[in-house]
Amino acid sequence: MTDRLLLEIKDLHASVEGKEILRGVSLQVRSGEVHAVMGPNGSGKSTLAQVLAGHPAYTVTGGSVRYDGKDLLELDPEERAREGVFLAFQYPVSIRGITNSYFLRSAVNAIRKHKGEPELDPLDFLQVLEDKLKAIGWDDSLMNRAVNEGFSGGEKKRNEILQLAVLEPRLAILDETDSGLDIDALKTVAEAVNMLRSPQRSFVVVTHYQRLLNYIVPDYVHVLAEGRIVKSGGKELALTLEEKGYDWVKPEGAAVS
Amino acid sequence: MTSIEAHVLQPYKYGFVTDIESESVPPGLSEDVIRLISAKKGEPEWMLEWRLKAYRHWLTMTEPTWANVKYGPIDYQAISYYAAPKQRPKVESLDQVDPKLLETFEKLGIPIAEQKRLAGVAVDAVFDSVSVATTFRAELAKFGVIFCPISEAIREHPDLVRQYLGTVVPTNDNFFAALNSAVFTDGSFAYIPKGVRCPLELSTYFRINASSTGQFERTLIIAEEGSHVSYLEGCSAPTRDENQLHAAVVELVALDNAQIKYSTIQNWYPGDEEGKGGIYNFVTKRGACRGRNSKISWTQVETGSAITWKYPGCLLQGDGSIGEFYSVAVTNHRQQADTGTKMIHIGKNTKSTIVSKGISAGHGQNTYRGLVKIMKGAEGARNYSQCDSMLIGDQCGAHTFPYIDVRNSSAIMEHEASTSKIGEDQIFYCKQRGLSAEDAVSMIVNGFCKEVFKELPMEFAVEAQNLLGISLEGSVG
Repeated sequence: MTDRLLLEIKDLHASVEGKEILRGVSLQVRSGEVHAVMGPNGSGKSTLAQVLAGHPAYTVTGGSVRYDGKDLLELDPEERAREGVFLAFQYPVSIRGITNSYFLRSAVNAIRKHKGEPELDPLDFLQVLEDKLKAIGWDDSLMNRAVNEGFSGGEKKRNEILQLAVLEPRLAILDETDSGLDIDALKTVAEAVNMLRSPQRSFVVVTHYQRLLNYIVPDYVHVLAEGRIVKSGGKELALTLEEKGYDWVKPEGAAVS
Repeated sequence: MTSIEAHVLQPYKYGFVTDIESESVPPGLSEDVIRLISAKKGEPEWMLEWRLKAYRHWLTMTEPTWANVKYGPIDYQAISYYAAPKQRPKVESLDQVDPKLLETFEKLGIPIAEQKRLAGVAVDAVFDSVSVATTFRAELAKFGVIFCPISEAIREHPDLVRQYLGTVVPTNDNFFAALNSAVFTDGSFAYIPKGVRCPLELSTYFRINASSTGQFERTLIIAEEGSHVSYLEGCSAPTRDENQLHAAVVELVALDNAQIKYSTIQNWYPGDEEGKGGIYNFVTKRGACRGRNSKISWTQVETGSAITWKYPGCLLQGDGSIGEFYSVAVTNHRQQADTGTKMIHIGKNTKSTIVSKGISAGHGQNTYRGLVKIMKGAEGARNYSQCDSMLIGDQCGAHTFPYIDVRNSSAIMEHEASTSKIGEDQIFYCKQRGLSAEDAVSMIVNGFCKEVFKELPMEFAVEAQNLLGISLEGSVG
């Protein structure tokens, strides 16, 4: 673990359709760290993930986000992605008629082009893909199917992690990657994520349940409620939450919906 | 306009006008005009009689109004029915073709000059009412393949033309087919002899240049027993405020075990953003699978025209014959398309496949209209139909009218349909993986059209790619 600050969120405010969701989130993530962001439904967890990725539906109304020394909020979503910000979606969309393998190669090449590296032809890419699959112990059964088309919930989540593995981001944001997974699928996904942990890669793991954190053990846990981080701590905090529920950290006088 | 639409609504790239002296007959339609056209073409008497008969029938017909398209009345007396570049070059030698014409076709990506012409594709280049050049004729002749302007075929191969012309699309088939039969000027004729696999792709490129004219081309392709041919058709027209009429007739005949693959990239001027100008593309295309186990396959990519009215179909007469229709129709801005197919199962164990992809953007209106008819004697017929619509933006429309008429209980019919919308979420997902919005739209549209694009010959797949502004890398090969 290095001390290099990768992501610095300061007093971030964001709203959707005029409704304020994030009300002053601050968070620092160093290279190689895994931060879990937990919170009840409606607390703003997914909004935080979407805002970091630059979803156009959300408007940042205040605060700042610095990523690798740059003003992240100034960058278009595709520029953020090319700079190494990856969001594993809670609900990945499907793209008909385009194979996963073609989609991923296009993404890899967009990123390589941005870095000034030569693009990979289909054969080179196949080699890269095989290596990555081997590293996380998966087969290539998803690669020749259309992107997320007709995928089961588990397959979709696995596909997100597979993309993460191939695109090699420096900041990976996992948005409720555990939702809708049975225990076996959860383990498979978590094991892959653990293999992708490295001193050069940071994770922000957004989750409602502590369950995922049994498998992806975080360095820090933050509790988000009503658009603010109301408590931060080590991995033990997740266990305490599991035991006591979110009411325990509810902000004074606030109703949690 | 959404960011997605901005990438789809591209300006028309083929709207230039060639400055060339042209000769045209004054506007108006009468028996005299038809005699004049026939005389200009040096036609035999029987051809003139055939035209006049069609014209007299046309006078008794009314313009169809059942299509899901809206346009003002057409004044058939305001159209000039014949226009040709002056000093018509001798087609015997391409060196004698007016350099301006060569330049025009080169600009359109259809080089016809000897040293530049496309390898593997024989091109018949039609400019307004006349064919100005046909490449690779001598090479094709070695295989017994005839590929020439239809006006020439009428003079040089009258027996073949008389035997087949109007047998697939009768002169009285419909209003526009009757009009075409009366006034058609040029088009292509192809004859593939028994057992010959045509060594080149055959292709016709239609260019409208003169204003206030209509283009009425006629194409006839005959594939003898056991022969194979792949034919490509492209077209474009200048950007103009007026609407110009294009009413073509295409007839295909496939005999025993013959196969015809007919591909179209239709890129007539679509009109401007407000719907001003553009071509009225009212076309009758039909193939007759006359022989046993014959096969006719239509593939069309329709991106142009203000209004498209077109239903390439197959008469599946021979036992075991196969008809296919693969279509991508794009309507942008104010474009309207009412297109689809007719599959008429007559022979036993006949099979048809229909894959239609409609893409609507801007204020475009896209209608799929298809008929699958299983006749009483068509024992063991099968049809598979798939109609997919994609909407880009919220001002456009997609409509589907499938007609199914089954008169034999042994038929197996399958029909699938879907409507989808390119959403900001899809674009965002792609962007989050590092792709630009442009690449994302390309990829999504490309994926949607994949089943059709893979049917196109390589040469045309590239053109389709350019037309839709999309990358085909993922869908071909």
